[in-house]
Amino acid sequence: MSHSTHDVAEHRFRQHHFATAEQQLDTSKIGMWLFLATEILMFGGLFVGFGLMQGVYPEAWVAGHHHLDRVLGAVNTVFLLCSSFTMVMAVHYASTDEKSKTVLNLGLTLGFAFAFLVVKYFEYSHKFHDGLLPGRFFNLADIGGPPQQAMFFGFYFAMTGIHGFHVLIGIILITWIMIRANRGDFSSAYYTPVDLIGLYWHLVDLIWIYLFPLLYLVS
Amino acid sequence: MADIITSPHISGHADHHDVDYLHDGKGLKSWLTTVDHKRIGIMYLWAILFMFFLGGVFAMMIRLELLTPKQTIMSAETYNKVFTLHGAIMVFLFIIPSVPAALANFVLPLMLGAKDVAFPKLNLFSWYIYMVGALIAITAMVTGGVDTGWTFYTPYSTTTDGSVALMTFAVFVLGFSSILTGVNFVATIHKLRAPGMGWFDMPLFCWGIYATALIQVLATPVLAITLLLLLMERTFGIGIFDPKLGGDPVLFQHFFWFYSHPAVYIMILPGMAIISEIIPTFSQKTIFGYRAIAFSSVAIALVSFIVWGHHMFTSGQSQLASAIFSFITFFVAVPSAIKTFNWIVTMYKGSVAFNAPMLYALSFLLLFGIGGLTGIFLGAVSVDIHLHDTYFVVAHFHYVMMGSTVIAFLGGLHYWWPKMFGRMYSESAARVACALVFIGFNATFLPQFVLGSRGMPRRYYNYLPEFQFLHQASTVGSWILGLGFLIMAGYLFASLRKKMDAPANPWHSRTLEWQTSSPPITHNFHEVPSVGGGPYDYYRPMGQGRND
Repeated sequence: MSHSTHDVAEHRFRQHHFATAEQQLDTSKIGMWLFLATEILMFGGLFVGFGLMQGVYPEAWVAGHHHLDRVLGAVNTVFLLCSSFTMVMAVHYASTDEKSKTVLNLGLTLGFAFAFLVVKYFEYSHKFHDGLLPGRFFNLADIGGPPQQAMFFGFYFAMTGIHGFHVLIGIILITWIMIRANRGDFSSAYYTPVDLIGLYWHLVDLIWIYLFPLLYLVS
Repeated sequence: MADIITSPHISGHADHHDVDYLHDGKGLKSWLTTVDHKRIGIMYLWAILFMFFLGGVFAMMIRLELLTPKQTIMSAETYNKVFTLHGAIMVFLFIIPSVPAALANFVLPLMLGAKDVAFPKLNLFSWYIYMVGALIAITAMVTGGVDTGWTFYTPYSTTTDGSVALMTFAVFVLGFSSILTGVNFVATIHKLRAPGMGWFDMPLFCWGIYATALIQVLATPVLAITLLLLLMERTFGIGIFDPKLGGDPVLFQHFFWFYSHPAVYIMILPGMAIISEIIPTFSQKTIFGYRAIAFSSVAIALVSFIVWGHHMFTSGQSQLASAIFSFITFFVAVPSAIKTFNWIVTMYKGSVAFNAPMLYALSFLLLFGIGGLTGIFLGAVSVDIHLHDTYFVVAHFHYVMMGSTVIAFLGGLHYWWPKMFGRMYSESAARVACALVFIGFNATFLPQFVLGSRGMPRRYYNYLPEFQFLHQASTVGSWILGLGFLIMAGYLFASLRKKMDAPANPWHSRTLEWQTSSPPITHNFHEVPSVGGGPYDYYRPMGQGRND
């Protein structure tokens, strides 16, 4: 990578209110980490509510989690862990100017993300079919057991639903940087979007790592 | 801080880069697509001023209804909706964005010697989110209204009719606007200070905004998830907050106040931040105890996260929890008092000028004193059991939110008005308006302390005949207050019709925003400012920095 290409990349992507590309990168990273902190606090509220209610109705939580398919949950955990690995590789190859490998790894990450959503779709449709729905739509008459399972499934759908929404946003963002990477926007001098969306994707993965044992492995 | 070389005026041979930000681009489209922090600040300003007007109209309706016991101008059901809309508009659509999103958006980058905020596009995006949230809120008002009070307590809020779901969603959306503004300001303060400006060379306004932004970032997401759970509760009946289904309504209160107590400091910290600018400028004296004021802002932000339980002394939470929350609440008084005493000492032996901004700052000191000290009454568990849900609470938080934050906002508005629009307003009219606002405010809310301590409950549409005199005094006060605001609107709008006459630095301040033209050019400064001294070096002659 010649020095002049560096300068060109710096010139193209540095916004006017930053003095240097390094200042711009540091600022972007601060912004992203702050955003991730807000995500953790938002899910934190859900975790606190879930934990409190689990303490009050442990039988309902155990009964509720028996209706979840822990094999499918485990498969999805593996998908997301793999996608985090391919994301790391994508960031790495972006930083070493290896365009085709960057695009390939972003593509693999997308593939794992879609696989996660497909599994989630089958899980959800199975729950809908069995009447395992949140709140007043929970079919207690046929399913039996403690009535607070309705609340458990309220949390289940809130937590996995919001997480799934984050996966969906992630898919859009990764597609966007894949197009840009393919176009040749990134180089070792400038790959901030790949870096930052990588951070976001790791958080989405990390939250699932907590959701899986909390929801699927209660007892 | 004053060794910056800027041309004092925009002269005739100005090229594109010398055009002031108001004239750099014409037409509505140039505003709606701008990424200039100054223009975004002005767009926020008009939006929140409109909301302030709307919330103010609801306030006048409340006071008019309370002129006599029983029905005066509206039914009890309408009254419930009116006070809910007053609270929700003032809190979520006016006070929270008022100083950070409108004033700080304009002056923070200027004070730091930066060209813009860290993420200009995100800044514009957060304005659009605010506008969408405001539109949803207005839709909720005209399609059924909301009668829950601004706190949306369950289980009432999950069972009552009206547009609770829509209003909650509006607040949810507005929260994102607030979060993005907070993220932007933290990153800006960390990375965009002018070369040579260390953390302790920043004006104290920036410290206050920094502490505010931290709370916005860390507390607002919890409100978001709380409101989302409330929406699910309403639509699916998941039962988390509903005792009938085994849920816990007190859990909602914990969640709600975990955000909304820190949010009280999202409201007051920027007000304090403005006072820390006005007092040294109009005393022409170095601020006393710079570091103490700076750290007390951060201390207030941190303590704000662990006092929420003092809103819930009567909710049935454990007595031990109440005792601990009460003790930590008293602790908030320490950094607040540190600030107050430092501001007072700053004026000592200064050459104090009583311009309109300074009159607001002095009003703030008195009203914040009353608001803060009555907060200690309410923080004491035994006293709170008596005063809980009475007009004493209403008077207390109005002294803090309106008597302190809004008064400081008005001080800041008058202080930076010449910088924002390049025009001076009528000083004598401004003094009259300030006096009317001060008198009207006290006439409105002092009687409410008495009402509350005698047992008048808040949110009631009817009252006992012996309370009538104090209620009427309060209502008359609201008319004086309204008159003050009318006069203010008059001379401020009148100033906009004049040609630009404001000098770059009408108040002889030493902070950076006054070292560029009024109004500033699009890129803020002609050259990157170099910072040689502190922001309050009034002991040096104008234009000389530490290294001169």
